[in-house]
Amino acid sequence: MTRKKRRLYILLLCAIGLGSATALTLTAFQDNLVFFRSPSDIAREAPPPGRSFRLGGLVEAGSVQRQGEDQGRPAIHFRVTDGAHVVPVIFTGVLPDLFREGQGVVTQGMMGADGTFRAREVLARHDETYMPPEVADALKRSGHWNPAQGAAPAPATWNTLDPARPQANPPRSGS
Amino acid sequence: MIPELGHFALILAAMLAIAQSGLPLWGAQRGDSRLMGAAAPLALAGFVAIVISFAALIWSYAMNDTTVVNVVANSHSAKPMLFKITGTWGNHEGSMILWVMVLAGCSAAVAGFGGGLPSALQARVLGVMGLISLGFLAFILFTSNPFERIWPPPPDGQGLNPLLQDIGLAIHPPLLYLGYVGYAVTFAFAVAALIEGRVDAAWGRWVRPWSLAAWSFLTMGISIGSWWAYYELGWGGYWFWDPVENASLLPWLAGTALLHSAIVVEKREALKIWTVLLALLAFALSLLGTFLVRSGVLNSVHSFASDPARGIFILCLLGIYIAGAFALFAWRAPAMAPAGVFAPISREGGIVLNNLLLCSITAVVLVGTLYPLFLDLLTGQMISVGPPFFNSATAPLALPLVMGMAVGPMLAWKRASLWPVLQRLWWAACLALLAFILTLALAGWHVLSALGFACAFWLIAGAATDIADRAGIGRTSLGNAWNRARNLPRAAWGAAIAHAGMGVTILGISGMGLATEKLVAVPPGGSTQFAGYEWRLEGVRDFIGPNFTARKATITLLRDGSVVAVMEPSKRFFPTGRMTTTEAAIRTRPSGDLYAVLGEERPNEAGVSEAVLRLHNNPLAPWIWLGAGIMALGAALSLSDRRIRIAAPARRRKEAEVSA
Repeated sequence: MTRKKRRLYILLLCAIGLGSATALTLTAFQDNLVFFRSPSDIAREAPPPGRSFRLGGLVEAGSVQRQGEDQGRPAIHFRVTDGAHVVPVIFTGVLPDLFREGQGVVTQGMMGADGTFRAREVLARHDETYMPPEVADALKRSGHWNPAQGAAPAPATWNTLDPARPQANPPRSGS
Repeated sequence: MIPELGHFALILAAMLAIAQSGLPLWGAQRGDSRLMGAAAPLALAGFVAIVISFAALIWSYAMNDTTVVNVVANSHSAKPMLFKITGTWGNHEGSMILWVMVLAGCSAAVAGFGGGLPSALQARVLGVMGLISLGFLAFILFTSNPFERIWPPPPDGQGLNPLLQDIGLAIHPPLLYLGYVGYAVTFAFAVAALIEGRVDAAWGRWVRPWSLAAWSFLTMGISIGSWWAYYELGWGGYWFWDPVENASLLPWLAGTALLHSAIVVEKREALKIWTVLLALLAFALSLLGTFLVRSGVLNSVHSFASDPARGIFILCLLGIYIAGAFALFAWRAPAMAPAGVFAPISREGGIVLNNLLLCSITAVVLVGTLYPLFLDLLTGQMISVGPPFFNSATAPLALPLVMGMAVGPMLAWKRASLWPVLQRLWWAACLALLAFILTLALAGWHVLSALGFACAFWLIAGAATDIADRAGIGRTSLGNAWNRARNLPRAAWGAAIAHAGMGVTILGISGMGLATEKLVAVPPGGSTQFAGYEWRLEGVRDFIGPNFTARKATITLLRDGSVVAVMEPSKRFFPTGRMTTTEAAIRTRPSGDLYAVLGEERPNEAGVSEAVLRLHNNPLAPWIWLGAGIMALGAALSLSDRRIRIAAPARRRKEAEVSA
């Protein structure tokens, strides 16, 4: 086999490899990109039930209820807020160790027909002082934290953010 | 006093690194043997200085010296001594010192054992390693000085993140760093070769042991990290395609490609430019990983100490090293002699295919890891790319890779025919088909797992066929074959064992694909049926540990009424740092793991307190890590092959051997 022919073979192989990698990436992207939504986003335009996305915000103080079930599995109910709007969440599973009321949380799942978010995953962090960037962003957009005025409030004080405007957060369901 | 000594030793090491990067490179360019000769002693001295510095930091931790900011932030007097010491590198500053110490250790090894290298090449390699060392020492001294003092000293430290107080995480970073840093050595060799404008079989022979060693450590590091995530985080899984995990997987993928293409350089003097490129890429991906992990730009569940200033510093280092190396590559690569000729169906051809697929997988994983970052930067749109993406995008590329892994090693160099090899593998194919059908029949319609099982058996049987074939089983007497098998080069055994190890890991992964889970609330004394066992919750009680308090559940595992095991999952609360950790209870058998996690306790309708339990049945899970161990062992065995020992004999003799 001549050098030219061999080079052609290799180029052809590379083109196939690169092409299939690109094709695979694009198809996988189409189905598996998970978008982040804050409670305000959902209030503006609720994603269709069955579409998986990430919901991030603060766990509303006093909203965590450890009783109750969802489809025969023990479930935990809580509400996620960005200070402007609230989304009720049902999670079946064992909560991560750093899950606390008044702290930032990111959960992944989909909206149920009843307007309740069914979380399949509640994401854990190694570090309790860490604020997920999405949550920080949601806080900024809802007007609860202006980066120009300094660092983000400490997670423990976020608790006191929501009682400030209780009327703005009508609960959507009875939970 | 001791911390000052450590700080001083660190500055001294930086000075030595300046000398180590300047003098030998200049000397090699001028052909001055005295300047080139300075490289080895400087490298050794630099290593000693960093060891002293690291020892001083360990001392500060062991003595709980609270005047050192780093100790205050990461240690506590109530911590067991073992974790005081491992805590030294359980944080950013300490781990970076470990990083440069390992790098200096590699420099010292090249200086000490590289006597067989041509002096110009050795000088250039050490010079480039000095440059890398200098960059990281500057990074430590300017952005993350571990010896910073605080006065007045607080009475006690803040304690180490309890999740890190674990032996798995104590040994995981050093192993990972040995891997990352090993690719710094192959990078230095590649840059030195580019400066010289010459890559030959002997160069391949020197790069191969380093890439093997780096690969072996990285394999161990990654697998221990995944094992830690499995038993310590209590999520029941072993790989989450998290950006921090991908950061270590990327250099592993590129390094695996390098490992194979270096063989082609050594045996056939082909694929030279490509191999040099891979050596540059493997280290570039190591640095990229360090950047992603240290800067906190990526949103990861493993959030480490993150600091934008550090991120920018590492980004600059990345830019200087990688842009410099690639510019050098663009300038010098065409000067290298063109590669030898080979046919597409040959061992080299197989390795080209392997490289192609591995690089495609690397590209896919890289895109998936960085895409959210770029999208956020460009549009502000927040997204995440999760396991479903990586699984569906990499599996179609991994499948032909694994199928080829059994065939490749059996092909002859230069020109081979596929048919006789496939004929010898017919029984492996039958076994794989059988595994596929059996899994479909027994485990329900689970095609991916069935494919995985087929691949695993194909690989293990293929590796066995390869060894049997080389030993001549069936063509000669059994005693003769035994002798031939014993006298096979260790590199051949190593390759077969590593490939079989991959098969074992795939076996474990496929088994985990069939894992089942149950979430249930049980009152004390109550029980639940799962995975063919009766799980009886005896009770949940308080428990006091050395530096934590815990709630511990006692679960008796029964089969047909008789007790099989007692499992005690717990939740630990660490008062220093006010953190809770979940300790899963895992019962490991060869057929798989039974895994129990204790969740919340809550009153039921009758007012009785129930405990939420998450139970997993993870078939074949232990085989994932066993396989990784076998892979690393195979690499180590190859490394012990006399022919590719690091202390290589003179270049001329090698060339004679190759042409013989």
